[in-house]
Amino acid sequence: MRFSTLEELKELCKEESLSIGQLMVKEQALETGRTEIEVIGQMSAYYEVMKEAVHRGLSEDTTSRSGLTGKDAQRVSSYMDHTAPSLGAESCTAMAYSLAVSEVNASMGRIIATPTAGSCGIIPGVFVSTQERFRWEDSHMVYGLFAAGAIGYVIANNSFVSGAEGGCQAEVGSAIGMAAGALTELRGGTPEQSVHAVGLALKNSLGLICDPVGGLVEIPCIVRNGFGAVTALAASDMALAGVRSVIPSDEVIDVMLEVGSAMPEKHRETAKGGLAQTPTGRSIMNRLYGKGGQAIT
Amino acid sequence: MRFKDVFSIIGPSMIGPSSSHTAGAVRLGRCARQALGSSPEEAVIRFYGSFADTYMGHGTDLAITAGIMDYDTDDERIRDSIRLAANQGIAISFQSELKPGPHPNTAAILLRKGDRSVRMTGCSIGGGNIEMVGVNGFDVKFTAIYPTLLIYHRDRSGILAEITDIAKYTGINISYMEVDRKSRNGEALTVIESDQPFRHEAIARLELLPDVREISVIDLTIREEAR
Repeated sequence: MRFSTLEELKELCKEESLSIGQLMVKEQALETGRTEIEVIGQMSAYYEVMKEAVHRGLSEDTTSRSGLTGKDAQRVSSYMDHTAPSLGAESCTAMAYSLAVSEVNASMGRIIATPTAGSCGIIPGVFVSTQERFRWEDSHMVYGLFAAGAIGYVIANNSFVSGAEGGCQAEVGSAIGMAAGALTELRGGTPEQSVHAVGLALKNSLGLICDPVGGLVEIPCIVRNGFGAVTALAASDMALAGVRSVIPSDEVIDVMLEVGSAMPEKHRETAKGGLAQTPTGRSIMNRLYGKGGQAIT
Repeated sequence: MRFKDVFSIIGPSMIGPSSSHTAGAVRLGRCARQALGSSPEEAVIRFYGSFADTYMGHGTDLAITAGIMDYDTDDERIRDSIRLAANQGIAISFQSELKPGPHPNTAAILLRKGDRSVRMTGCSIGGGNIEMVGVNGFDVKFTAIYPTLLIYHRDRSGILAEITDIAKYTGINISYMEVDRKSRNGEALTVIESDQPFRHEAIARLELLPDVREISVIDLTIREEAR
């Protein structure tokens, strides 16, 4: 890839008069020696999996293997049928779709890791709901996924995208930044506005710890995906309105690395702290693994 | 760069719930299976760190078993893999280790078929990406993103030139290469990652090189059905 920072990505787009998505398609083809049609084909297939996951999460039994979670997307969806949600219907739909995909993941269904499985709901939630709302073509969405991928590529290589390394900010936080930047481009924003959207979004999740109950990708991961979709919409709106990330987005990514590196091990996916070690978190864990068995105390 | 392309960020397509504990585990299992070259009769899996703590909840046991049967990360059969493996007569056991591994998510896999066996250690580094760190006592470091060759040979001067010469004449562009040896003039392992799949001709020529003992091909880019 010819870029390693968001600044370089933005400048390349400017020089070559390409959107972030268009540039990433070319870079990917170049990097892998495959044709642009091939790489677009693979991403299109991934988008179909995302849409299928939204559908399954809203219609099938998504009770997880542990029995701890499931069907929250369906709860939100039926609530919307008879009550006007405070969020507004559009944001609430994005939230429901995001929960749906996360619940499919927790119940061992098929999803696309974006960038990880723990954060797999946010991009489909934002993409599928806005596609329906603005009646975008699938091909438009696929370029959007390349834009999200370009942003994630920069974050992953300059910071991290796994909870075990950098906490939830690295997973859910990165996904929100990717979704916010990509949505900004899908709605006609410039690469510069997209990059601002990333910085604005990331600042809102800095410091978020990874503290899954029982070590499972369920509590609080699933609801954080729901919240994440809403935050991505908000960050994109701010950027499209002209709000700027005064601290440049690349510097915000550096902060994520700094904060994540300083994060105690107990708050990095080990289930040794945070929500996992609350009295209720511990009792759930004991119920799942039995005292002394697969204990994570 | 730890993450090399767009599909290491958007992707893989996978069965949940965890890219590191499930999808990465499938790929670790597949690496070992392909290094063995066929379906094993016996598999012993030792989990370290977070894998040891949470493998049951994440289905890491199902995932690694699926990999050992050469399934890809998004195969719906992952949910039933342990039962399917038992039906195929594969004896699988899991052990949790208390001591830490080289990474929070590490598995050591021993596969055996007849008198052939392979022992591999690998880490799941996030987003379904893996790093293999040990093969049959050799220290390695490869990601299996690309088609990978494991060439077991005797340590002697000139052998690397002979290997890369064959690569040159069979159209293999080496994207990464490493060598580890157990002793001077002793057993050595050369790992080659390539941009292209390895053709039979290239492997046949490598096998004919003096002092090359054995070659394994690991290619996670090919689906099981197409193999």
